[in-house]
Amino acid sequence: MSEQNSFLLDGEEIPFSPGQTVIQAAKAAGKYIPHLCWHPDFAPHGSCKLCTVKVNGRFGSACTTAATAGMNVDNRTPELDDKRRTLLQLLFVEGNHFCPSCEKSGNCLLQATAYDLGMMSPHFDHFFPDRPVDASHPDMLLDFNRCIMCALCVQASREVDGKNVFAMGGRGMRGRRVIVNSESGRLADTDFAATDRAANVCPVGVILKKRVGFAVPIGQRTYDKAPASIVEVVK
Amino acid sequence: MNATTPPAKPKLRVATTSLAGCFGCHMSFLDIDERLLQLLELVEFDRSPITDIKHCGPCDLGIIEGGVCNAENVHVLREFRKNCKVLVALGACAVNGGLPAQRNHLDLRDILEAVYETEGGLAQGAHIPNDPELPLPLNKVHPIHEVVKVDYFLPGCPPPADAIWKFLTDLLAGRTPHLGHGLLHYD
Repeated sequence: MSEQNSFLLDGEEIPFSPGQTVIQAAKAAGKYIPHLCWHPDFAPHGSCKLCTVKVNGRFGSACTTAATAGMNVDNRTPELDDKRRTLLQLLFVEGNHFCPSCEKSGNCLLQATAYDLGMMSPHFDHFFPDRPVDASHPDMLLDFNRCIMCALCVQASREVDGKNVFAMGGRGMRGRRVIVNSESGRLADTDFAATDRAANVCPVGVILKKRVGFAVPIGQRTYDKAPASIVEVVK
Repeated sequence: MNATTPPAKPKLRVATTSLAGCFGCHMSFLDIDERLLQLLELVEFDRSPITDIKHCGPCDLGIIEGGVCNAENVHVLREFRKNCKVLVALGACAVNGGLPAQRNHLDLRDILEAVYETEGGLAQGAHIPNDPELPLPLNKVHPIHEVVKVDYFLPGCPPPADAIWKFLTDLLAGRTPHLGHGLLHYD
């Protein structure tokens, strides 16, 4: 690898090809940068801010920052992990993340990332939102109280499924949320199917298949076996 | 006893309680099994569901299971905070309200009416209990850190016995408790 096609990540040389972002190059090199809304198959969304790194001393999102030769990137520093824990705490109190009764527990990227970063408590006061569950669809269920607004379902539905089932709506702290793109606002009134990419991309417990919850024994769930920092770079 | 035996180190006093809890965290605590005997060489228990002490006296460590769901919970929690040098939120309920906080989007009166007045199988004239002996429920269930300052949080529903053991032994040895992969759980 020629010298002009690499940068430093926590002091380690990471090769990249032109056009790659910092997080893409890091993942290719087996380095974990915490992230929630970024998915290797989709364009960066830039909403979760978990992948915030320091590029030549300034904060930037690793998912939107293009890799350039010779840049110096700090990633797993106590300062950055501290800020990431705060972002996770904000996400936890903003929704109803009652992991003990959530069927996504053990397979949830938000939860696994919080484990990985050693989040012991949500710290802030809880919002306890009351967004209605949409159980209208015969095969799928939506619990928006767990939504982290990563918009992966919006992208997947639009770009992969060609269906445009989901959209971001509303504004601000309590208003902004994912909505269902049908006149009634109900999932049953769309052409959504359990086999859609959008039905399988949610990193948390919002978009769920009915009748298959709690099928995997404790100890064998995705993040039981290995922490997010390992699972997310090998997958 | 011979004269060279050093005086026994004073034991740390530990109080525990369950507020809006299910006692599952206490059961998980007891799941440390025979390590409980090791623990008893280091600590003695003040008020706790496993002792007969009615009020929390001065303690080094207070362990709280359960969130805060009624007026009595608030009094007990404040008594613990006043008397304990270090207060620990044990389990999901104490940490974030837990599953009982799923009632937070429902109207309290509607819940009480449904359970005590309109539910099938109730006797004629059944009504919501109104004796002043009974603590009034709060409108919402709260994590304990919304009522008092909490020094440490140990999540899990319940936290595994090994996590409780690691946490307590770290704390008793004067280390900041640290749980790695497999011990830190929210579920």
